Amino acid sequence: MTTIPIVAQNTFREAVRDRVLYNLIFFALLMIGAAVLVGQISIGIEREVILSLGLTAISVMGLVMAVFIGVGLVYKEMDRRTLYAVLSKPVRRSEFLLGKFAGLVLTLAVNTALMTVGLLAALAYVERGLSGADAWAIVAVYFILLKLALVTAIALLFSCFSSPLLSIVFTLGIYVAGVFAPDLRQLGEVSGSRAIGSLATALSYLLPNFHNFDAIAAAAHGRAIPGALVAQNTLYAALYIAAVLVAAAAVFSRRNLK
Amino acid sequence: MPSAIEIDNLTKDYAVGFWRKRPQRALDGLTLTVEQGEIFGFLGPNGAGKSTTLKLLMGLIFPTAGAARILGRAIGDVTMHRSIGFLPEQPYFYDYLTARELLDYFARFFGFSGPERAQRVSAMLERVGITTAADVQLRKFSKGMLQRVGLAQAILHDPQVVFLDEPMSGLDPIGRREVRDIILELKRQGRTVFFSTHILGDAEMLCDRVAVLVGGKLQGIGSPERIVSVKVQGMEILAELPDGRALPEKLAARATRIGDRWRIEVPEAGLYAALDDLRTAGARVLSVAQVKPTLEDFFFKLLGQEKKPDFA
Amino acid sequence: MRSVNPIVAALLALALVAATVPLEIRIGAATQTVAAEREELLLRSPALVKRLSLGYETLAAEIYWTRAVQYYGSKRIAHDPEFQLLGPLLDLATQLDPQLLPAYRFGAIFLAEKAPRGAGRADLAVDLLKRGIAANPGEWRLWADLGFLYYWDLKDYKNAADAYYRGSRVPGAREWTKAMAARIGEQGGSRPISQLLWSELYESTKDANIRRNALEHLQTLKAEEDAEHLAEYVADFAQRNGRMPLSLSDLVTAGLLPGLPLDPAGFPYRLAPGGKIALDPKSPIVSTTLRP
Repeated sequence: MTTIPIVAQNTFREAVRDRVLYNLIFFALLMIGAAVLVGQISIGIEREVILSLGLTAISVMGLVMAVFIGVGLVYKEMDRRTLYAVLSKPVRRSEFLLGKFAGLVLTLAVNTALMTVGLLAALAYVERGLSGADAWAIVAVYFILLKLALVTAIALLFSCFSSPLLSIVFTLGIYVAGVFAPDLRQLGEVSGSRAIGSLATALSYLLPNFHNFDAIAAAAHGRAIPGALVAQNTLYAALYIAAVLVAAAAVFSRRNLK
Repeated sequence: MPSAIEIDNLTKDYAVGFWRKRPQRALDGLTLTVEQGEIFGFLGPNGAGKSTTLKLLMGLIFPTAGAARILGRAIGDVTMHRSIGFLPEQPYFYDYLTARELLDYFARFFGFSGPERAQRVSAMLERVGITTAADVQLRKFSKGMLQRVGLAQAILHDPQVVFLDEPMSGLDPIGRREVRDIILELKRQGRTVFFSTHILGDAEMLCDRVAVLVGGKLQGIGSPERIVSVKVQGMEILAELPDGRALPEKLAARATRIGDRWRIEVPEAGLYAALDDLRTAGARVLSVAQVKPTLEDFFFKLLGQEKKPDFA
Repeated sequence: MRSVNPIVAALLALALVAATVPLEIRIGAATQTVAAEREELLLRSPALVKRLSLGYETLAAEIYWTRAVQYYGSKRIAHDPEFQLLGPLLDLATQLDPQLLPAYRFGAIFLAEKAPRGAGRADLAVDLLKRGIAANPGEWRLWADLGFLYYWDLKDYKNAADAYYRGSRVPGAREWTKAMAARIGEQGGSRPISQLLWSELYESTKDANIRRNALEHLQTLKAEEDAEHLAEYVADFAQRNGRMPLSLSDLVTAGLLPGLPLDPAGFPYRLAPGGKIALDPKSPIVSTTLRP
C-alpha cells in the first residue's frame, strides 16, 4: 500500500513536467479580463458574472484535463512499455492503478485550488473585498473537484483497455449522459411504454449523476449550500469512484501487456 | 536452497486474426530449472519465444498453461519481486525524468531510507558509467545510454536473480565488455543471471549453461560445449605456397584461399597424407588445428531442420 | 531545396488571411438570415437552450441577460421602435437562472413601456414578474415592481394596491410599500403617488437605462405639474386684466412670476393659443398632455 503514494507522486511530477499547469495562465487571463470588463457590459450582476464565469471555467478546464490526461494514464504506459520496468518491482497492478488515479486527482486538486485563489482575487477586485457569502464558492469548487475525481476514475477505467481516442469519446459520452440524468429519469416517469420507462429510470440511476454536483448557481447568488448535500455528494462520489476503480483494477489485473 | 528459476510446461498461445481466432503458440511447454549462482543463457533466433518467456516470468503476460516459480515463489507473488531485477528488451523509460530521478523512483519501491537510496543510486550510476549524464532528461539519451540505465535499475536493489532481455543490444564493444564484467561480477557475488540473447559469442563466453529455443520449443539445454557435439569434424591446415607453385589437385578441392595462405580441411585420418602432399608441393605449413563445431553451427543446423517461425 | 524564408512565409500567410476578410464579409451577410432564424428558434426554446448549456445554465443566463440589455440599448440608439426580441431574451435568461433578479426588473419596465421606449407589452411584463415572484418568494421588490406595473402601465389600481400589500408582507420589505398599498387603494392614480414611485425607482437602481427612464418620467410629471400651476397664473392674469396674456413674459411683467419659467430640461415654457401651457419645441420632455 505504501507504493500508491510513490506512483501518485511520480504521476503528479509527470503532469507538471508536461506543462499541464500552464493552463492556469489562460485562466488567469480570463479572470483578469472578466474583472476588468464586467463593469462595462453586465449591469447589476458583476458578482454573479465573475463567480459563474470563474466556476464554469474551473469546471470545464478541469474536465478537459481529467478526460484527456485520464485516458492516457494507463494506456500510455502500456503502449510505450514504460510499464515493464515498473511491474517488475514489488508493486501490485492494482496499487499502480490507484497510484495513477491519486496522482491525477492530486494534480487536479492543485490546479483547482490555484484557480480558486485567482477567482477569489478577481471577485475581491470587482466587489472591493470579499464577503461571507463568497465562501460558498469554495463549496461549489469542492463539488467540482468531486465531479472531476469521478470523471478521472471513469477515464482511467477506459484507459485500461481502450485507445485514447475511443476512451475520450466514451468518457465524454458518459459525462454528458450523467448531466442529463434527471431528464432521463423524467422520461422514465412519463414515458408511455413500460419497458422504455423502466429502462430509462434504471439508466438514470446507474449513470453517474453529475447534476448533483452543480452548485454554481447557488454560489453565484451567494446562497447557502446545505451541509447535508455536502456529506451526501461526498459519499456518493466516494462510492461510485470505488466501484469504478474496482472494475478498473479487475480489468487491468488480467490484461496481457503487449 | 530453492532453485532460482523453475519453469514447468510453460505455454503461451496468442489469438491471431480478427474474426476466426486461430491460436498461435508462442511458447510450447517449456520446462527447465536454473540453480542459484548460475549464469544461464537463453538462446534463440528472433521470434523464438525468448521475450515471451521473460514476460511470463515477470507477470507481464499470463500463461495459457504451465507454471513457474522464482526462488521458490509463484510468479504472481509480488513480494518476490524484491529479490529480482529485470531489464526489458529495448527499454523505454519516463523520458521526462533524469537518470538519477528514474533510479530514485524505482528505488523507492524497495523501502530504502533517503540517504541509502541516494547512495545506491549514485553507486549504480557510476557502475554503469553514466554519472556525467545523471541529471540529463532521459529523452536526450542514446539507445546505448538507455540500455545502461536499464541495467542499473535492474540491479540497484541487489537482487538475487537478475533477468536481462538482450542486455548487449545497442551497446558498442566497450559497453558490451562492461556489461559482461557486470554479469561476471554478479556471479562472483553469488547472484543468478538469466539472460536472453541471439549473440552466440556472448553466450559461449559467459554462460554456465544455455537453453536453445526455436519456434517456441526448447531444442536443447546444457553447457555450451555439451550442447554442440564434441566430435571433432576434421583437421584444418594453414599453409603458404611459394610464388609460382600450385596446390596439389586433390587438395585444391578442399582448399580456401585467405590472402596469401590456403586453408585446407581434411578428415583426421587423411591428415598425414595431406601433409606429405604439401611437403612435396614445397608448401610451408603454418598451423594444424582441430575443427570443432561452434554454437553457431549447431544453430544453423537446427534452423535448417526447422521451419522458420512465422509471427506477425 | 532551399528552406522557405520565414519573413516571406509570414507575409504570404498574412496576405492570404487578409484576402479571406472580404470573402468572410460576403458570406457573413448571406448567412445573416440563417443565423437570425436559428437565433429566433433558440430564443423561443428555453428548454433546448437549457439542454445545450450542459449544466452551465447560470453563465448562459448571464450571457442572454447581457445580450438583452445590449439589444435594448442598440435599438434605442438606432431609434428603432421595435423590441420584438426583448421578451424572448429576458424569458430565456430567467428560465436559465430564475434568480436573475435584475432581469425581472428590467423586463417590468421596458417590456411594458410603450414605443419608442419599450416593447409596449405590459402583459408579457406581468407574466415575467409573476414567474419571478414564484421563483423568488423572498424578494419583496418584485412585488413592488409588479405593483408599479399595474399602477402605471395598466392603470389597474386594485391589483396595484394588492401587489404592494403582498410585497409589504414579505420579511425585510420597506415600510413605504405598506403605505403605498393604502394610498393607491384609497386614491387610485395621482400625480404625487406617481412621482413618489418613480423617485423610489430612480433611487433604488444602479441600472443606467432604468435611471434614465425614471428621470424622463419624473421630468414629464414635473412639467405637467408646472403646467397646472402656470395655468392658474394665466387664469389669474386673465381675471385681473380681462384678457389672456400674449405670452408668459406678460406674466413676468405683471409681477406674477419672478422670471421666465423653465421646464425640468431647462427649456422655457410657452403659451399656446387658447391659454394652454406648452413645451418648447426643442425640449426633449415627452408629454401627451402638453404636446398633443
